[in-house]
Amino acid sequence: MKPIIRVENLVHTYGINTPFCRSAVDGVSMEIYEGEFLGIIGHTGSGKSTLIQHLNGLLKPTGGTIFLGDRDIWADPKKIREVRFRVGLVFQYPEYQLFEETVYKDIAFGAKNMGLEEGEIDRRVRSAAAFAGLGEDLLDKSPFDLSGGQKRRVAIAGVIAMEPEVLILDEPSAGLDPAGRRSLLENIRRYHRERGTTVVMVSHSMDEVAENVDRIIVLADAGVVMSGTPHQVFSRARELMDVGLNVPQVTQVAMELTRLGVDIDPAVYTVADLRAALAARRGGTAKC
Amino acid sequence: MLKDITLGQFFPGNSLAHRLDPRTKIVLTLLYIVALFCAKWFVSYGLVAAVLLIAVKISGVAPRALVKGLKPILFIICFTAVLNLLYTPGEPLVSFWIFTITREGVQTAFFMILRIVMLIMGTFLLTYTTSPIALTDGLETLLGPLKKIRVPVHELAMIMSIALRFIPTLIEETDKIMSAQKARGADFETGNILQRARALVPILVPLFISAFRRADELAVAMECRCYHGGQGRTKLRVLRCEARDYLVLLAYCLMLAGVLVLARFGL
Repeated sequence: MKPIIRVENLVHTYGINTPFCRSAVDGVSMEIYEGEFLGIIGHTGSGKSTLIQHLNGLLKPTGGTIFLGDRDIWADPKKIREVRFRVGLVFQYPEYQLFEETVYKDIAFGAKNMGLEEGEIDRRVRSAAAFAGLGEDLLDKSPFDLSGGQKRRVAIAGVIAMEPEVLILDEPSAGLDPAGRRSLLENIRRYHRERGTTVVMVSHSMDEVAENVDRIIVLADAGVVMSGTPHQVFSRARELMDVGLNVPQVTQVAMELTRLGVDIDPAVYTVADLRAALAARRGGTAKC
Repeated sequence: MLKDITLGQFFPGNSLAHRLDPRTKIVLTLLYIVALFCAKWFVSYGLVAAVLLIAVKISGVAPRALVKGLKPILFIICFTAVLNLLYTPGEPLVSFWIFTITREGVQTAFFMILRIVMLIMGTFLLTYTTSPIALTDGLETLLGPLKKIRVPVHELAMIMSIALRFIPTLIEETDKIMSAQKARGADFETGNILQRARALVPILVPLFISAFRRADELAVAMECRCYHGGQGRTKLRVLRCEARDYLVLLAYCLMLAGVLVLARFGL
């Protein structure tokens, strides 16, 4: 696979020359491949948010380089806006950034900034709203009359409407109730499936990451500590716990079963896989 | 960009300047300002500058931080200097077109710059070494006597500490909103004045909404804890003046006296 974003030895230091000086990202190198669904996990303060703000050029690295395609994104600082259209970033709690009179106008904000023509903007707004799970009837409402979950969908649609090559979401499901969380993640999965573009999801919920992504990068203390498929990463449960993270609940059950002497793979990470593994041991199909 | 604002920022530390009672520090700053305005000539300015230098040295605040604080008022400094330079009557030095620069003008401009710079540095030293909470606490006690004439001192102090408390929060919030809008291609740096003003809407609307929300939440939280103003309220940290406070006060009084005497002799 071809990398679409390549990060080389990225360093970012906040508050140089003050008593509060501290490196939030220190020597991170990683690649994001075209079309993959990547999960970035790490404990609070591990540098996740700082890292992703570099990927679309919102923060300028203190050291290191970021390549989008083959080009260094800071090669020409005047073109940084184009990078932001190609790498869409949805912030944590994005509902606080809404400002327009109607949902439609708010979703169109990014697309309008790209200088597209009216018809194209309209097509993108409607398609983005559909991907984010917003009905047509909501488009003429004020975003401030919506519920918290709907507001978040409007904010996400606003980024999708720019049709970025890479969509990055920072904890998209934080603070939603279980039903809202499930349906939002389903919407994101569908977007990834149907568009086929690269999606990066930042989270500290292991279960959420396990169920959705193709590949995981684990951050701890401002650096990358692990990278690989969910199976590879979750088979190193001990190390994950050492950096203040955990494995999905299903994996915890499998590990406990292994400890009790049941011979199954301790790194299964979805309910379906665990069921299949248990059924295979019994030599039949699961009935539950 | 916004994070670079240092106005009223507190640098935690444990120097003598940090440990002094906030009331003492407020009074010291007042004495310092009075002395600064009474100073007339190099000798008296030198005395005040020496005191400032010693205070900075003791506080352990980086001189760079003090200089950085001058940046926002650079314009005012230049403006006053130029005005004084051109409009002070006296013995002419240079003269061109309709302007005449006098010897007195050069002097006044020079001392005026010195005075403003030292004024800002001295007051910044106060906010650099005193946490906003301690500062309002000190102000509240110092203004206490005004309660007798029905000035709502406690309420004013509370408003002030809440405002100070929320400045960093709002700056951080503005930063976040700006980043989010920039991620959607908002452009704050180019265009004419009208376009730039319009570009502020996507920042101001969310900022106001969240400020109102915060104010509401804070009011509810205070209500929940039965806050009802200053009547019979006790303090977590009771302010207490110690020997060092009186000693430093004495030193500053001596400085003021010295400046007054020197100024009398035109020094």
